[in-house]
Amino acid sequence: MNPAWTIISAFAGALLVLLLPARMAGQSRIIALIASLVGAAAAAVSCLTRLNGMESDVWSFKSDWIPSFGIQFHLAADGLALTLLMLTGVVAIAGVLFSWNVTKRPRAFFAYFLTIIGGVYGVFLSQDAFLLFVCYEIVILPKYMLIAIWGSTNREYGAMKLTMYSIGSSALILLGLVVAYAAAGGTSFDIAHLAAAEYSTELQNWAFPILFLGFAVLAGMWPFHTWAPTGHVAAPTAASMLLAGVVMKLGAFGALCIAIPLFPDGFAVWQPFIAGLAVVGILYGAFTALQQKDLKFVIGYSSVSHMGFVMLGLATATHWGFRGAALQMISHGVIAGLLFGIAGRVVYERTHTRDLTELGGFNLWKSLPGAAIAFTLATAASMGLPGFSGFVAEISVVIGVWESYPWLLPWVALGIIITGAFSLRAMYRAFFPDSKASSAETMGAGSSTPPLDPLTWPEISAMALLLIVSLSIGIYPKPWVTLIDDGLRSPLFQSILFQP
Amino acid sequence: MAEALTPHLPQLLWLVPLLPMIAAGVIAMLPNGCGKLASKVALGALFGSCLIALIALVCTLAPSSAPTIATAHHWFCYGDEAVKVGVLLDPMSASMAAMVTFVAFCIFVYSTGYMETEQRFGRFFGFLSLFCGAMLMLVLANSLLLLFMAWELVGLASYLLIGFYFKKPAAAAAAQKAFITTRVGDMAFLIGMIWLYRESGTLMFYDGGTGLLETNALESLAAATTCGGLAVSAGASLLLLVGAMGKSGQVPLHTWLPDAMEGPTPVSALIHAATMVAAGVFLVARTHPIFQAAVDVDGASIALSAAAWIGGVTALYAALVAMAQTDIKRILAYSTVSQLGFMMIALGTGGVAAAMLHLICHAFFKALLFLSAGSVIHGCHDEQDIRKMGGLRKTMPKTFLVYAIGMMALSGFPFFFSGFWSKEAVLHSAQVWQGGIGPFLLAVAAALLTAFYMTRQALMVFFGSPRKPGVDHPHESPKVMLVPLYVLAAGAVLLSVIGTPMWQWFEKWMGGEAAEFDGGALFHGHALGLLGVSLAIVTVGVGASWKIYRNLSADSNAPDPLEEKLGGVWGFLVAAMGFDTLYEKAIIKPLASLACVINSIERNIFVPLMAALEGGFKLFGRLTGSTDEKGLNRGFDGVCSGMKNRASSASDAQVGRPQGYLRAIGLGMSVLLILYFWLSA
Repeated sequence: MNPAWTIISAFAGALLVLLLPARMAGQSRIIALIASLVGAAAAAVSCLTRLNGMESDVWSFKSDWIPSFGIQFHLAADGLALTLLMLTGVVAIAGVLFSWNVTKRPRAFFAYFLTIIGGVYGVFLSQDAFLLFVCYEIVILPKYMLIAIWGSTNREYGAMKLTMYSIGSSALILLGLVVAYAAAGGTSFDIAHLAAAEYSTELQNWAFPILFLGFAVLAGMWPFHTWAPTGHVAAPTAASMLLAGVVMKLGAFGALCIAIPLFPDGFAVWQPFIAGLAVVGILYGAFTALQQKDLKFVIGYSSVSHMGFVMLGLATATHWGFRGAALQMISHGVIAGLLFGIAGRVVYERTHTRDLTELGGFNLWKSLPGAAIAFTLATAASMGLPGFSGFVAEISVVIGVWESYPWLLPWVALGIIITGAFSLRAMYRAFFPDSKASSAETMGAGSSTPPLDPLTWPEISAMALLLIVSLSIGIYPKPWVTLIDDGLRSPLFQSILFQP
Repeated sequence: MAEALTPHLPQLLWLVPLLPMIAAGVIAMLPNGCGKLASKVALGALFGSCLIALIALVCTLAPSSAPTIATAHHWFCYGDEAVKVGVLLDPMSASMAAMVTFVAFCIFVYSTGYMETEQRFGRFFGFLSLFCGAMLMLVLANSLLLLFMAWELVGLASYLLIGFYFKKPAAAAAAQKAFITTRVGDMAFLIGMIWLYRESGTLMFYDGGTGLLETNALESLAAATTCGGLAVSAGASLLLLVGAMGKSGQVPLHTWLPDAMEGPTPVSALIHAATMVAAGVFLVARTHPIFQAAVDVDGASIALSAAAWIGGVTALYAALVAMAQTDIKRILAYSTVSQLGFMMIALGTGGVAAAMLHLICHAFFKALLFLSAGSVIHGCHDEQDIRKMGGLRKTMPKTFLVYAIGMMALSGFPFFFSGFWSKEAVLHSAQVWQGGIGPFLLAVAAALLTAFYMTRQALMVFFGSPRKPGVDHPHESPKVMLVPLYVLAAGAVLLSVIGTPMWQWFEKWMGGEAAEFDGGALFHGHALGLLGVSLAIVTVGVGASWKIYRNLSADSNAPDPLEEKLGGVWGFLVAAMGFDTLYEKAIIKPLASLACVINSIERNIFVPLMAALEGGFKLFGRLTGSTDEKGLNRGFDGVCSGMKNRASSASDAQVGRPQGYLRAIGLGMSVLLILYFWLSA
């Protein structure tokens, strides 16, 4: 199994689901699960192969596509891309499991779902800027559909906002790529070719922010973050998981593997600004999350804060920072997926509220103990406690910050402290009743709430899967770190990381 | 048996923390209602850890200057840079591991009785096991990184256990407060750790000559300077000290510890008295060589002086506050803060062995005090206010006996109690310090007050007549709670033999030397003088307290006798000198308002800005829409009819091949390109 199977399985799955006759629409979830499993298996096998054969060449596939523009169908998978494929595979499986009960137009739902997954796989594997852009565009439309049709609160607004931001960011990315293409001679869209070209410093200074901003919007960088919380809240569970889990990573991935290597001099100029915005984002997201009344908004703003760590890691332009950023992408993908899965699917579909005060009245620790335990663990992971993936990621980013911008560290530390505060606050208020709710219970008001349905097996397996992945990274990060480092040895980063 | 196991000790040592952790995992998997089984799993795992820890202790007894075991394993590698973790066995970690497992085992047994009626009995033992695993990892870690990870995990376990009665809002609030306050210290620890890592390239303590605590690294850390000419070792150790202050409840990061008494009493005994709160002291003791790496001419280093002074202030502050408290557990909590201050004084003044001795003795007698306080609370039907107790000497004679032993050890009753000798060692260390007499005087004052408030508590709880009318009769606790108390009481007495001036076995052992008995050492002028001071302290403290509290009024609402004498100062002491109010006003409120401001920026600026943009787009859409409708569309309809005729020729272009569409995109792009070159020309 080579990495291409990830893309093939997702799109083949989407096609199969569409071809299902109407009376078998209920089976589409099984096809989606199989497609996700095949994709994840392909990613896992490729990761293991790479780990066992670090010295060999990376897997790649190349064929002419539009020769007149120098556009090739070029896929390749170094260690970094492989870890992100693995993340996508895991989130895809969990997403299907958390969508097990979708009954409204299931064929369309799972077809859109698998199309997004396929597009995301494509972005991570593309070695041709044009192909990457096409895959990136493939993600946008189904994303809109998922939110607008299956979403909840304010869904059309959320979907519109998300799509407008996405299209805006695409326009910037396209512009940036075309500039690079033209300035590099207009012969090839190959990323390695574009990165190897010499651009004038002046061009880099204005082209870098355009390209970087295009990607950073999708990564939820402050102050271009507002699509993220609204979009997450409006989206159906599986879509919030995909959005926070992998789609935001597309932006970070693009910034790391396209924007920075293409215009290293421009990056050097803008680096302090990015670092500043990232730290503001960490604090801003954390403080805003402290004030939210809606559980999904808390998670949405925590994503802004956590993605700030990714951006901060990139801005340090150090080995540790890049490693930390990549690890944080994976860690946040898993943890945000888990948090959204529990809040959106497990809790909301039973209680029909996400309001922290109202949730307190449901005594969730008693009525849904499994969810309370899983959410407690997810909260611990989100706070970056050791044993979970977030710790390894955050500590790597912090080491990078120490090397580049030590004076930012107190602010990062404050961000970590506030993260603890808002995480504990939301967890306690949602799952463990506060004084008001327990007094209501003694007065007899609380006892009127009907008992909640017990957890179902798809839910339990999805939660367990995500928790195990986060724990396994936290306890034994070696394979992940080795793969990420493999990606960072690519010639793309030579000029940035290996300066004499 | 010890000899047979020695070759496997490096592997076995990992089991000490892992067994309780595995037990915690197993308990988490057990269904509800398996409480009895859960407690057996937890006890069994801890018993295993305890055995291994004792074997390990035996292995370190032979005097040696190098650690018995120091392993290093790659946790992960970044290129050539390997981040390593490992276990370390030397007298310090061996004594800590043995103490933690032993005291924890006593407390586990006690808990099976104390928590018997609790519904979530199994969960309780799961959390306790998690805590023990993390704590033992902390103690045995051979790398600052592993120590930090365990440090964070004990914080999590402490959060879970303080908030165990989460239905009580006070317990939930106390849990959060503890977690967040210690996290402030943790962040300083983190930054200090990263600083050390970037300076020395390693976080291992001992690693075949390249570890942090070995000569090479220490010399380079002391030689490197940072802003203001401060040595890197001093700067980083100050940060580590802040971390230790958070965990060990030193002023001004102490406010969480008294509140943590909202947790179940066995938790207070294990975590917030005997072990976890001592982790800060242990951290400083473990990294003491770094603290000491850069000393100025007087032989004092900035970080160590800071530790000594902070310890001194904390010791006196907490002792003063303890005088005015009325909750039996809060008094003990403040006395814990105070005793941790003593340990800090010892560390700051160079007495690492004295600090460790006091730490271990304190663990025994303070666990004993908390557990017997729990027995009192149990017997008085969950009453915690000492004003409403009294006369328990007669109804709970066994509890009184063990409590008295703990109380006398803490107050420093002479000769037969471990607390006397360990406090003596601390005072000695402070007295001979070159950096000033201040910490010594603070320690003496605090010791005097300790004897005073402990006597007050004992008198109010056990003597006089019952002051709470109309309540069920107090009763003695069951055997399962009493036996652990006897064991701890025996420890509180017997441990006194290892640290007397006549046979300084503990101190020599820590330093890797063999100890010899020297009966005359007690009568050297210096030791004798200090002995006199100690005796005077106890006599004055106990005597004054006896005089004031001997004849207490039988009315539980009567004001404290001291209250009349001290007036306004009393209220200040009751309110713990206003730290909580100050923090509420100076930190929490501003941060909360900041969060409010940021949230309103988000809601009132960013979100509307986007909405406005969207409105603009819609308006534009309507404009273009109407133009479209009136102008273009009409024309378009006309064109369409014409188009239909030519459709066959046009369909050639639309065969559905993506290449075709992409060509169209390419065309658009070339327009952009032309634009670009035109603009840049």
